Amino acid sequence: MTTPVYPMTRATGCPFDPPPQLRELQQEAPLVKVDIFGKPAWLVTRYDDQRKLLADPRLSADVTTPGYPSPTGQPPRKDGVGIGFILMDDPEHARMRRMVTAPFMIKRIEAMRDGVQKIVDGLIDDLLAGPKPVDLVEAFALPVPSLVICQLLGVPYADHDFFQQNSKTMIRMTASLEERTAAHGNLASYLDKLVGEKLENPGDDLLSGLTERVKSGELTQQEAAGIGVLLLIAGHETTANMIALGTLALLEHPEQLAVLRETDDPSVVASAVEELLRYLNITHNGRRRAVLEDIELHGQVIKAGDGVIFPNDIANRDESVFSDPDTLDVHRDARRHVAFGFGVHQCLGQPLARMELQVVYSTVYRRIPTLRRAVELDEIPFKHDGAVYGVYSLPVTW
Amino acid sequence: MKIIVDQDKCVASGQCVTAAADVFDQRDEDGIVVLLTDNPSEDLAADVHQAAAVCPALAIVVED
Repeated sequence: MTTPVYPMTRATGCPFDPPPQLRELQQEAPLVKVDIFGKPAWLVTRYDDQRKLLADPRLSADVTTPGYPSPTGQPPRKDGVGIGFILMDDPEHARMRRMVTAPFMIKRIEAMRDGVQKIVDGLIDDLLAGPKPVDLVEAFALPVPSLVICQLLGVPYADHDFFQQNSKTMIRMTASLEERTAAHGNLASYLDKLVGEKLENPGDDLLSGLTERVKSGELTQQEAAGIGVLLLIAGHETTANMIALGTLALLEHPEQLAVLRETDDPSVVASAVEELLRYLNITHNGRRRAVLEDIELHGQVIKAGDGVIFPNDIANRDESVFSDPDTLDVHRDARRHVAFGFGVHQCLGQPLARMELQVVYSTVYRRIPTLRRAVELDEIPFKHDGAVYGVYSLPVTW
Repeated sequence: MKIIVDQDKCVASGQCVTAAADVFDQRDEDGIVVLLTDNPSEDLAADVHQAAAVCPALAIVVED
């Protein structure tokens, strides 16, 4: 067998499904050496194996650990394109993560729900009053999470063009190292300046909270700015893609969309959100790790110094866990999905993402019941080259 | 049913609270898990097992 190359290509006409080659490997070769960035790494495709290894402290998320799968020619570094504690191991990772976990607590996120509902309703009012067709990404999917994360962090929304453009460059896989380093530098300087201002005049927001840690010497101003960059990018790009791609997936499955349009039961909406997270799994380029000690799996040995890739998209389509996995079924219990990853690095912002998606999915299709695509499906540009999957634009009408 | 939580392992994902709010809560200062009862009634068993299953840090152990 020739060595498979990762990432793989989706099948034509199947924009919501993982690449078919991943399914073949999951069934026939659940632990296999692949080529990534021109170097070998292990690919782990089964749900149970992914959960077991992603929770195993013998795997490192630190890009500087030997064997960590990094793009060729990109020096592994913590302070460059890499951002903050997502690329660190415990105990340093836990120390920094715990400085920002409080604002994402379930009860504090719930307290934001009415405000998010107002934002969503306001944007839909504008949409309905404006011209059509309209690009749902620009007019709705991107503004909702951008407004929310700005409020939570204390970032002025007026700067949204700046941070959205730089975030896009940072997570575009086809961007050059120079482009990504420059985009990261722009965001890091911007956040550094903002943290500096909040050191002088703190408000009631997450960045101001971090300035207390800077004053007490637990964090440097640069580290606080780095956390700000991470949360700002992760807080708007991911959810925006789930809103637009989720809407497109629902428009292609009208009987599923009808469930959301007609229910007033929050538990049905919550279940639909979990299923869309499972089915779409927008982080489609796999989580990456380096191995610190030899690990045996399926009769093979993953050696210390080897790299490992975990494509969560195919784990969420593992039929030993989710029956009929390629069917979008908003009524199924999908809560065990690994769309937010697994292990200590699992998404910090997931309670916020869930709440935003619940508000969005329960509102848009009720308020715009005749919502439909304004172009053919094959005219929609999908983010095949993005670290986060989705659509670049989604022209809709009603 | 007996529940043991490990606050050192917890990463404050909050999924236990979503699965079983009568059994799990979060510390105000950092969102780390707090056990409201270590021996809840049997009708909460399914929710508690769900909470343990979705905990990304494997910080919840349930002994039946």
